[in-house]
Amino acid sequence: MANELVNASALDVVTSGPGARTRFGRTAPLSDRALTVALYLVSIGLALLISGILVSATGGSATAVGGALLDGSVRSPGAWGLTLTTMAPLLLVAVGTIVATRAGLVNIGQEGQLLIGACFGAYLAVRLQGPGWLVIVASLVFAGVGGAMWAGIAAALRAWRNVPEVLTTLLLTFTAFPLMTYGLRQNWLIGDRDTSRVNHINSGEQIPFDARLPNVELFGNSIDSGVIIALAVAVAVTWMVTRSRLGARIDVLGLNPRAAQRFGIARRPVAAAVLVGSGFLAGAGGALLLHGGAAGDRLAFGYSGNFGWDGLLVALLARNRVLLAIPMAVVFAMLRTGSSFLASTGVDRKMTDVVQALLVLALLLPPAIIFLRDRRRELAGAKAAA
Amino acid sequence: MELFNALGDIFSSDALYVSAFQLSVLFLFAGAGEWVAERAGTLNISVEAMLLAGAFGAAAGHEIVAWSIAGLVGGCIAGLLIALIQANLSHRLTANQFVVGLALNVLVLGLTAFLATEIDLGPARAEVVSVPALSGIPLVGEALFARPWPAYFVYLLVPAVWWLVFRTRWGLEVRSVGENPQSADVSGIDVNARRRQAIMLCGLTCGFGGAFIVLGQVGQFQSSIINGRGFIAIAAVIFGGWTLRGTVIGCVLFGLVEALTLATPVQGYRIDPVILDVAPYVVAIAVVLLFATRVRQPRALAQPFVRGLT
Repeated sequence: MANELVNASALDVVTSGPGARTRFGRTAPLSDRALTVALYLVSIGLALLISGILVSATGGSATAVGGALLDGSVRSPGAWGLTLTTMAPLLLVAVGTIVATRAGLVNIGQEGQLLIGACFGAYLAVRLQGPGWLVIVASLVFAGVGGAMWAGIAAALRAWRNVPEVLTTLLLTFTAFPLMTYGLRQNWLIGDRDTSRVNHINSGEQIPFDARLPNVELFGNSIDSGVIIALAVAVAVTWMVTRSRLGARIDVLGLNPRAAQRFGIARRPVAAAVLVGSGFLAGAGGALLLHGGAAGDRLAFGYSGNFGWDGLLVALLARNRVLLAIPMAVVFAMLRTGSSFLASTGVDRKMTDVVQALLVLALLLPPAIIFLRDRRRELAGAKAAA
Repeated sequence: MELFNALGDIFSSDALYVSAFQLSVLFLFAGAGEWVAERAGTLNISVEAMLLAGAFGAAAGHEIVAWSIAGLVGGCIAGLLIALIQANLSHRLTANQFVVGLALNVLVLGLTAFLATEIDLGPARAEVVSVPALSGIPLVGEALFARPWPAYFVYLLVPAVWWLVFRTRWGLEVRSVGENPQSADVSGIDVNARRRQAIMLCGLTCGFGGAFIVLGQVGQFQSSIINGRGFIAIAAVIFGGWTLRGTVIGCVLFGLVEALTLATPVQGYRIDPVILDVAPYVVAIAVVLLFATRVRQPRALAQPFVRGLT
């Protein structure tokens, strides 16, 4: 089936978009790959240079900041374990996003889906009686259902009235925050049932200790077992998108919806299922925050802490390749864990946001430049042929 | 009965109308710009960044030259700067517009907060200009006719944007680029240039809006000064069904809704703020759902344009 697809000329037009060249891509010659590496090095170097200049200009020491970031993320004892722990929810969100993007859907509501997922997970985790592992599994699944529901609203509107999912997912994200605030104030929802606790209005109930994800001890680092879950999901999804029939259908749908229809792929159900699936993974990511060590052990205002937005960025920067999302998620996690060490340098923590954003912009440049160059060459070739 | 009394109390206070008008002005500046950008085919989610940059630029501009007009200019420049990055990355280098937008939101939030701790920005306020006699009208007099002077530009903004988009060649090209970029391209219109220019216009108005919130409302820069209001402006454009009239109605309505969230606790009434907080987004979703047959987004909204080989 795949060979027929490559020959379908209708696909050529669509596959030429940036980031679209995935399954049917060609491998670049060596000199091109060297250029790619060089471009990445230059643009990342520029991003770091600008960050360094900013720090120096305001009286800080750029090397101290860089050192602190590295200390916090890898060098200090137990740091890289925490970094990997933080990576897990990011990866889970990113993997779901990648599947949706490959199907040609633009889901940008992961933050809300993750938050609703966390609320669902928290509701169940403090109420379910049973062995710890059962609570964790049930909570992860229930959180996934919550995220899937939130994405499901967008999916239903898309299937039913053809409302673009990019709008609904974005709008739904901003309904999630006030709804959680409301839920936190209700004892019968996710609010703390222990009303004698100080601050019980602002935060939810603590996740029971036996329902925490067990840690894996490795070289003096305790790594959350959520990492294993996230990696397993990443591998499974990689197999799904590259090797399975469903994956091929998703790709065809994303590359050329009209061709998908010709191939007899049911467009609406597949698109809806993929969107719901990506919401499920984002929601499960929320439960991973609760049961793991990446965030607090009880819900609070702003609990999602940009994990959803960052997961979306990881997915889009990985250009729809699941395995590439893993190192990308590690980089984002490093900036998160590293930022906690910035206080010692006297530089505001907000600086890591700046570094992260500059890095994101830097990672965008090389593929765009190469794409434009290829484009220009193709155009010149077409002109010469004519 | 009690509800009616409560509503009566809330709606008979001058303060409500003042803050509703102030917020509406912010939403109108952000919403009108976002509307143009969306008509050109960009779902520009860096409005938040543009507003915040505008607010910071206003405080910085006012710090350098202690005139409110310098603050306004500073805000516009800062908004344009963000728009320049967004436009060139997403519509020249064809990078994903959402990645660029999200990155810019994070960048500006981090950068302004960081710079605000390093640089001491003083208060920046624009003078109130009252229209004699009219400002004495009960209830709405103060809200409409005794405002800081940049607020009056809002009366200029809407007709100007309308004229630009519906009565000029540029506007026609902008609309065509948002509906059918391929056809526009064949007609000789530089699709991505029009999209970039639309984003630049959005940056200009958002910069103005951000500057207004500093100069006309808060009086100094705070890093939480915008606090998600850029996204409400996006919701207003969607609520308006991508028409200018609808966008203006949406901006004013959401301004009133947000003013209510601020006013009701002061009055001692307990309307759950959750209802008011989710209202803009739920209403926007309801509009695209209920009027799906009549309301239609620009066909090429959020779709990048790359010229084909043929």
